[in-house]
Amino acid sequence: MSATTETRHQVPTAILSPVEKALVNRLQHGLPLVPKPYAAVAGELGLSEQQVLESIKKLLAEGVLTRFGPMFHAGKLGGAFTLAAMRIPDEDFERVAEQVNSFDEVAHNYRREHDLNMWFVLATETPEAIESTIRAIEETTGHPVYNMPKEQEFHVHLHFPV
Amino acid sequence: MSTSTFPSEVTVTEFDRKLILATQAGLPLVSDPWEELGRQLDMSADEVLARFQSMQEAGVIRRIAAVPDHYRLGYRYNGMTVWDVNDDRITELGAAIGELPFVSHCYRRPRHLPYWSFNLFAMVHGTTREEVEDKAARIRGVLGDASRQHTILYSSAILKKTGLRLRS
Repeated sequence: MSATTETRHQVPTAILSPVEKALVNRLQHGLPLVPKPYAAVAGELGLSEQQVLESIKKLLAEGVLTRFGPMFHAGKLGGAFTLAAMRIPDEDFERVAEQVNSFDEVAHNYRREHDLNMWFVLATETPEAIESTIRAIEETTGHPVYNMPKEQEFHVHLHFPV
Repeated sequence: MSTSTFPSEVTVTEFDRKLILATQAGLPLVSDPWEELGRQLDMSADEVLARFQSMQEAGVIRRIAAVPDHYRLGYRYNGMTVWDVNDDRITELGAAIGELPFVSHCYRRPRHLPYWSFNLFAMVHGTTREEVEDKAARIRGVLGDASRQHTILYSSAILKKTGLRLRS
């Protein structure tokens, strides 16, 4: 199976050591902005700085973490973002997924079990670029894009305890 | 309104922009990441740290954190619950749903009638489908009669997950 059609329900759950679990939990909350931040986290958890650095590298290499770094607020950078959805017939899905993913503006793209089966986030540096990117995706793929920008944000507290 | 923007009262300096570009793939995994970035950008470690503190305070950066692949952590079921909520009550009820501890994101979005009638999106995660359904039932309990209909869209594949990127 290619990466674009990998079914995530079958991905094995990572077996994490107690140290890795503690780090995954702690590091989702944010690194302290102090000199030697990894040593600070190590101190909180009773680990060595080296253990923290090596564990983060291992978790990234194994794909348990997809990223470790600053989480930007696109809107405050003067940019814009939106959620958009498409309805793609099964026989066309792989081609359209590749075409949509080829746009740098597409930050995430998920397949979902619904008539609207492709859901992606567009992040651009200007509001105008959202519209032009949507038009370009429609032209490239030959399918309509439903734009669903957020109108109100009620809460964002993404955190997965392990 | 076709795009979502925020008031841009925040000033992102040219140097902040360079820091963002230098770290969007990840923060250096070395003892002193600020010094490492300073070396790359010809600034002192103190200045780099001060800029990150300032950007976090201004909300340009939510935090510097680990982003897990939730599937690998056992959260196999990612359910986007979507609700058709009475417009008059959505501000009040959206806030109530956003407060539920198991809701990771909650947004109001536009309907596309007649095809798509859902205007409230609440993301929930679970290790089983039943867990996601239980959480949806609790949301239903809060919304009561103000929600005319709802459904859950489970994700079946991550097609792309690169996160936000600025172009250099």
